[in-house]
Amino acid sequence: MLAIRNLHVKVGDREILKGVDLEVNAEEVCAIMGPNGSGKSTLAHVLAGRETYEVTAGDVIYEGKNLLGLYPEVRACEGVFLAFQYPVEIPGVGNAYLLKAALNAIRKYRGLEELDAMDFLPLVKEKLKLLDMDEEFLSRAVNEGFSGGEKKRNEILQLAVLEPRLAILDETDSGLDIDALKVVAAGVNALRSPERAIIVVTHYQRLLNYIVPDSVHVLVDGRIVRSGGRELALELEDKGYAGVEAETQLSVATPS
Amino acid sequence: MSAVTHAQDGYLESFARFEEGAGGSGQEWLRSIRRSAMARFSELGFPTTHEEDWRFTNVAPIAETSFRLAEDGHVSPTVRELERFGFSDLAGIRLVFVNGRYEPGLSRLQPLPEGVKVGSLVHELTTDPGTLEQHLGRYADYQHDAFCALNTAFMEDGAFVHIPRRTVLSEPISLLYVSAPTADPAITHPRNLIVAGEESQATIVEDYVSLSGDVHFSNVVTEVVVGENSVVRHYRIERESAQAFHVSTLRVQQGRSSDVASHSLLLGGALVRNNVHPVLAGDGGDCLINGLFMGTGEQHLDNYMKVEHVGPHCNSRQFYNGILDGRSRGVFHGRIIVHKDAQKTNAKQTNRNLLLSNEAQIDTKPQLEIHADDVKCTHGATIGQIDEDAIFYLRSRGIAGASARIMLLSAFARESLGRVNNESIRKHLEGLVRQWLPPGRRLEETQ
Repeated sequence: MLAIRNLHVKVGDREILKGVDLEVNAEEVCAIMGPNGSGKSTLAHVLAGRETYEVTAGDVIYEGKNLLGLYPEVRACEGVFLAFQYPVEIPGVGNAYLLKAALNAIRKYRGLEELDAMDFLPLVKEKLKLLDMDEEFLSRAVNEGFSGGEKKRNEILQLAVLEPRLAILDETDSGLDIDALKVVAAGVNALRSPERAIIVVTHYQRLLNYIVPDSVHVLVDGRIVRSGGRELALELEDKGYAGVEAETQLSVATPS
Repeated sequence: MSAVTHAQDGYLESFARFEEGAGGSGQEWLRSIRRSAMARFSELGFPTTHEEDWRFTNVAPIAETSFRLAEDGHVSPTVRELERFGFSDLAGIRLVFVNGRYEPGLSRLQPLPEGVKVGSLVHELTTDPGTLEQHLGRYADYQHDAFCALNTAFMEDGAFVHIPRRTVLSEPISLLYVSAPTADPAITHPRNLIVAGEESQATIVEDYVSLSGDVHFSNVVTEVVVGENSVVRHYRIERESAQAFHVSTLRVQQGRSSDVASHSLLLGGALVRNNVHPVLAGDGGDCLINGLFMGTGEQHLDNYMKVEHVGPHCNSRQFYNGILDGRSRGVFHGRIIVHKDAQKTNAKQTNRNLLLSNEAQIDTKPQLEIHADDVKCTHGATIGQIDEDAIFYLRSRGIAGASARIMLLSAFARESLGRVNNESIRKHLEGLVRQWLPPGRRLEETQ
């Protein structure tokens, strides 16, 4: 579904991604782990189309299309979704309004009929239940005055309503207490499907106890230094990033 | 300078002609007010940017233009021509003034509760001047304000509304001021007097439009006298042509426990000065001063608030939001004066601005003068740009960039319009704001 080849990304003069290669298939849950400043969030934002990042080399092919050539809104319509690490507060724009406008923009792009309030409300109410969210959320302004946990849940609500094909969760677990983490993880697990890939970007292994990944990749200093199965996450938990990184450098220095 | 002097002489000559034939000229009290206001205008002259109250607004384009008093409506528009302004969105009585003159043919009168008067000022001046003598020109300060002096000297027509004690008007009274094309730049001096008796309730909508792109000058004064325990909602909509000059003063005199809201929406005009001056004279009054100004091109939109707390236990809240694009310039000057006996005053002021271009500019200035010792006054101002993080967030949800911008702008505008309780008026205002936003975009309710 997604193939990233030799991706180099700069912000200003600073190179953040220094040649990332990654393949993600449908049905896969792929975890990208890494220490602070390794480029995890940059990768997530570049996939969503953030224009403040400059791609200097490499390709991203999504469903056979050159993803980097598309506007963020077109990517969303094509089925890419980013759950933000820091969801943006938008005073004056209602949560329900945003959900409906987004869903209809995407439906329109796909040649589907737009939903009216009568069709939309039952749909969104069902998704609210999935995330144990009160209906009162719908009438509030987008993320305004939400607690950290509420913001993350709201991201997953959008994910559930928009049903993307490629979902990227950028540190959705950071700052959540264990109960909120379980709710969010259950919401994500409910969305696992043969047609959908999920990239889970995280700093902590904890989330992966609840969203069990098929593959784990370790991003350090703008490069993927290790890839493996679920057990790699446990190893990281054990040795920390520094340990894994040291081993990697060792293996690079003395090729077997 | 000579152009200004010439123009000022022009007003004197024009006054001499006006005074003889003006409605109500037979009444000594009125003659005397007009004359003293004219004399005062001659002394004051037009203000300059050296004066603190006019620091950010240069009225030279007004001072240097030779305006003529608009002739009586011989180019009266048809009802059809007015349709595009969407006046019919609002139910209730509608008085239409063309170039300052009341036009019964375009107006819509309806039966009113007993004792309520809604009509033209000049009619009242010539038939039943009793209430007028008591109030007209007693509040608006023509001693210090040159524009107010000029209006007072030339006051003749406008709206007169009188709501007797304990009378509640459920529908708004719309006052529409239409500038029709004239051969020379025309000046009008609409003068409105609203008197709301004790425990009464009324809603007034003043709406200013131009039929063409001609240069003209609307110099407006509205005095509102709010009796004890009364509720008055006042709306001012400025949407004249991009060549129009508009200076208006809303002077509100509030009695004990009265509740007033002033809402302003400034969209049109080349040079606009919006003076809002409530005086909370009685105990326990409440005043909401809410405004939204949206400038583009070369527009200059100046909002001058002067909120006077005289009685104790009064609340005032000012909220002004500005959106400025192109090379437009906005001003918010929020003055709060707490007199020495106005203890327990609670006065609040917030001005928020969005600048959409590098050339747009805002000057915002709070000015608190507090002579009492037990008061709470707060003020705050923000100036910002469209939040690019929010734009990206919306785009990442599938919403196109242009729609995302409009969504954020209308949310900012609606923060202000959301304070309008009357639903049909709010919808009317939202519709006008929607037209201002870039055309061809779909814009629904985003709340």
